[in-house]
Amino acid sequence: MFRYAIKRVFAAIPTLLILIALAFFMIRAAPGGPFDTEKTLHPEIEAKIRAAYHLDEPLYQQLYRYLQGLAQGDFGPSFQYIDRSVTELIREGFPVSLQLGACAMLLALLVGVTAGGWAALRQNRPSDHAVMAASMTGISIPNFVVGPLLILAFAVHLDWLPAGGWPTEGLLARLPNMVMPVIALALPQIAYIARLTRGSMIEVLRSNFIRMARAQGLAQSTILLRHALKPGLLPVLSYLGPATAAVITGSVVVEQIFGVPGLGRHFVQGALNRDYTLVMGVVVFYGVLIILFNFLVDICYGLLDPRVRQRN
Amino acid sequence: MRLKSILLASTLALGGCGGGQEQAPVSYGPIGGETGQELAEVQVLHRGNGTEPQSLDPHRAEGVPSSNILRDLFEGLVAEAPNGELIPGAAESWEISADGLTYTFTIRPDGRWSNGDPVTAFDFEYGLRRSADPNTLSRYSSVLAPIRNARAVIAGELPPEALGVEAVDERTFVIQLEAPTPYLLGLLTHSTCYAVHRGVVEANGTNWSRVETHAGNGAYRLQEWVVQSHIRLARNSHYWDDANTTIDDVRYYAIDNQDAELKRYRADELDITSTIPQKQLKWIRQNLADEFRVTPYLGTYYFGFNTTQPPFVGRPGLRRALSLAVDRDIIAYVVSGAGELPAYSWVPPVRGYEQQVPEEAGWTQAQREAEARRLYAEAGYSAENPLQVEVLYNTSDNHKRVAIALAFMWKQVLGVEASLANQEWKVFLETRKRKEDTQIYRAGWIGDYEDAYTFAQLLESTNEQNDFGYDSPRYDALLAAASAEPDVALRARYLQEAERVLLADHPLMPLYFYVTKRMVKPWVEGYEGNIMDHIYTRHLRILKH
Repeated sequence: MFRYAIKRVFAAIPTLLILIALAFFMIRAAPGGPFDTEKTLHPEIEAKIRAAYHLDEPLYQQLYRYLQGLAQGDFGPSFQYIDRSVTELIREGFPVSLQLGACAMLLALLVGVTAGGWAALRQNRPSDHAVMAASMTGISIPNFVVGPLLILAFAVHLDWLPAGGWPTEGLLARLPNMVMPVIALALPQIAYIARLTRGSMIEVLRSNFIRMARAQGLAQSTILLRHALKPGLLPVLSYLGPATAAVITGSVVVEQIFGVPGLGRHFVQGALNRDYTLVMGVVVFYGVLIILFNFLVDICYGLLDPRVRQRN
Repeated sequence: MRLKSILLASTLALGGCGGGQEQAPVSYGPIGGETGQELAEVQVLHRGNGTEPQSLDPHRAEGVPSSNILRDLFEGLVAEAPNGELIPGAAESWEISADGLTYTFTIRPDGRWSNGDPVTAFDFEYGLRRSADPNTLSRYSSVLAPIRNARAVIAGELPPEALGVEAVDERTFVIQLEAPTPYLLGLLTHSTCYAVHRGVVEANGTNWSRVETHAGNGAYRLQEWVVQSHIRLARNSHYWDDANTTIDDVRYYAIDNQDAELKRYRADELDITSTIPQKQLKWIRQNLADEFRVTPYLGTYYFGFNTTQPPFVGRPGLRRALSLAVDRDIIAYVVSGAGELPAYSWVPPVRGYEQQVPEEAGWTQAQREAEARRLYAEAGYSAENPLQVEVLYNTSDNHKRVAIALAFMWKQVLGVEASLANQEWKVFLETRKRKEDTQIYRAGWIGDYEDAYTFAQLLESTNEQNDFGYDSPRYDALLAAASAEPDVALRARYLQEAERVLLADHPLMPLYFYVTKRMVKPWVEGYEGNIMDHIYTRHLRILKH
């Protein structure tokens, strides 16, 4: 297992380097630069700013400089938020996205697996159709519709929850602010997870070893929880890796609608502002998380599926 | 969570669901108590502030969101009253020499930094030199150009010490100008001209403008800064006019989604919004009309012609034809419709400048269209040989609506075949600047100070932002004459003549003058609105509600 982990870490390095290089050149290839605004800069000032950010150097040198910084955990200064470094923006934004994302994923797992499993047991009955219809709706209605509807209902009309914002006076003060963003983030995930669970559970329940278990006269609940659930969750697990990485790094839409200072807004705002370092920082960070979560998923696979264990 | 009466919630619900006529303020109870002037116990103001501000270093910041906050954190030599009138700020008085070239300011004796240190003339000397110093990387230092030697200092040809500013003693500050500049006092309200605390800046380098070390001489001091969420300011107890300041705590929220901003306003989480979502205009008019505040704004919305490429190079007649064919009343009142004023001239109404009214402004639309058709035919186009043109705008629903309206009007009146193209903002800026592929493009210009010159200079042939490629020796000469003219009235006449030259050449097609449009809660007292949209929190109060 340890050797396997080491192997994976080394395999991740070239992937990351390719990702960095691609992102590095692509953001610079986009027309317009970080300092283009409606009011043109004085040429002398522009030259000095470019020099201050090393944009006057050849590209390969800039990339080398960037990698050097990265090796020391330094993502460089933000071009847009000139008082801050990208490392700092990520350090401040990520915990926020993580809090929301983790809650949303937990909620999604609980509700999604329960609903999916239940639907699988009642395959083709009205309750199955109802769950699947609801989850189809969940997948197809985008966040930017759900979010404002939630706000209109619970903040503007009922006045139960705040319409947005992120109080900094501690977690307790923030809880009411978290409810709606978590729901908005979780809804599409619930839907996906329910559909995945249902599909794979149906397949598992039809397989020979379950039939065997039934023939042995095991109780239905034992069959379900001890034998069917583990293999039934495998596809959900593969989905969970990248999905968790995506959800905990924040959603632009949800963060904008609810005024949440997470990482997601930096993705889009950074790209629009041509804030090269910020975009790079977020991409690299996200890339590392994706690799990490895929790795975790692989390990969990081994724990859940004896066939994978044997192969290793 | 805030507590609020169920009555209020249900009233809002009714108003929101039915889109009915019920006015929300009715349910708030008597604003300002029995006298109408009673203050709320909690004086906390929540302001929507658009995008995340770039910086709170007045010399390095750029953009409206930063400026709004800096206005509370700092005070220039000159400040503004709620109606925009210039009033003494850090300077209690000033004298202007007869030739208009020397301004002598007397710094008020009771001015204090937020750390308690006195504000002196030396702080302003240091501040202005720092602002002009190219090593500060100020993105806005070009507005200092009227000050003696400023251009050379910014270009790195002279040291910052050569800038025409001098602290004679602690309380006397002198600014020398290159040429008479009637708008200098207004310019001094701009953040580029603020003083900064030398000790704090030198001890902390570029990091000084963060929460831990920030120091200002304004009515508020920086308390908390959560990126992409909010910035909280608390009262600066050292501020000289703190006794007349009412609001204790002001929070600026970074909300770039206008729909979200309006919802938070409706949930009483914001007292003042930065703007409104255009799509909700009708709903606001029906339901929250009393809280909807519209004020003329120093800006012109226009479409520019690229005068360096076909089909518009050397063809003012054709440009005029397209301009005349546009019904500005429809653009301003129907397509935009928040109170924007139809524009036939370039410079919006500003003090000390007679607004130019070209003859077509007085015509009926039918007359304009007849003239447009005549000019169109004269330019060699007809139904069989229509003009084909591309209209470029930066991606946005509002600009798209205007562009569609233009294309439709040109098609109807002249038979022009216009195609629409949109580009993402930064791409658009680059395309526009290159002047190769553009034919007609959308643009807007917001003045930096209240003077016609901030508009006039855009079309100077040497101006780097002259995306029209407009090059008129006569226009340039008139602007040069205006810049050198000490007599204020004569200077205005030069500028007016220059605008007439410009309007006859039609390098651009003004459509309307901007307005600021925002929601203001009925309990916010002291909000007046002004053409620069400079709203100082210290002028506001929160009434009991």
